[in-house]
Amino acid sequence: MNKEQYQKLVKKHTPKENRLINSITAFVFGGLFGVLAEALMQILRKVFDLTILDATTWMMIIFIFLACLLTALGVFDKLVTFFKSSIIIPITGFAHSVTSAALDYKQDGLIQGIGSNCFKMAGSVILYGVISAFILVIIGVLIYG
Amino acid sequence: MTYLYAFLFVGLLCLIAQIIIDNTTLSFGHVTSMYVVLGTILGFFDLYDKIIELAGAGASLPITSFGNLLYHAGLDGYLQNGILGIFQNLLTTTSAGITATIIFAFIMTLIFKPKD
Repeated sequence: MNKEQYQKLVKKHTPKENRLINSITAFVFGGLFGVLAEALMQILRKVFDLTILDATTWMMIIFIFLACLLTALGVFDKLVTFFKSSIIIPITGFAHSVTSAALDYKQDGLIQGIGSNCFKMAGSVILYGVISAFILVIIGVLIYG
Repeated sequence: MTYLYAFLFVGLLCLIAQIIIDNTTLSFGHVTSMYVVLGTILGFFDLYDKIIELAGAGASLPITSFGNLLYHAGLDGYLQNGILGIFQNLLTTTSAGITATIIFAFIMTLIFKPKD
């Protein structure tokens, strides 16, 4: 059996994920998370008499807390296989990446393990966010004065 | 109506992310980084604030809002204190998300053991 045939065989036996169903799942649950976020914000606003900005921030903190807790309990990865990207694209994915990296490297100690590795994946979000925001502010200033 | 727009906006972002992940070799890390940059670009054209007007807190949930907040904080900083203001202000509004993530992640890491 040459390489090509082997590749074909591998391809044939790789379980095919249904992309259509994946996409629909991501859309529906992503949308539901959006609705949940808005509903939670409105509830917080009514119950604690907060401004929209404060209620939104509390809502995000609650989502972050839940994501960290579920990651630490080992549930989050299972949820990803079910909810697909709908749980990664919200702020929960950011919290998950920090917690899971920190947990994975816990055995290497507080500094060389958790400290050096907790931003392994979330670092790229902060890095490219800051760089692109900085460049765009400069561009905006140059254009609009 | 806000709920409908929140559903459509977050759903659409997740749908696009899922299509990218299923059909290319890019990982979630690539997509989230792309989305943050997308958020700064939407903020640059003042589109993201309009989306927040329509979709409410739903639009604040995806990682794209992170980019939008970064851009607007940087711009506010420039208006207050020039170039130095960008450096002083850029990370201010995103502080809540980053700080909450660090605090909770650290506490959870100390309490729980990694599961495999």
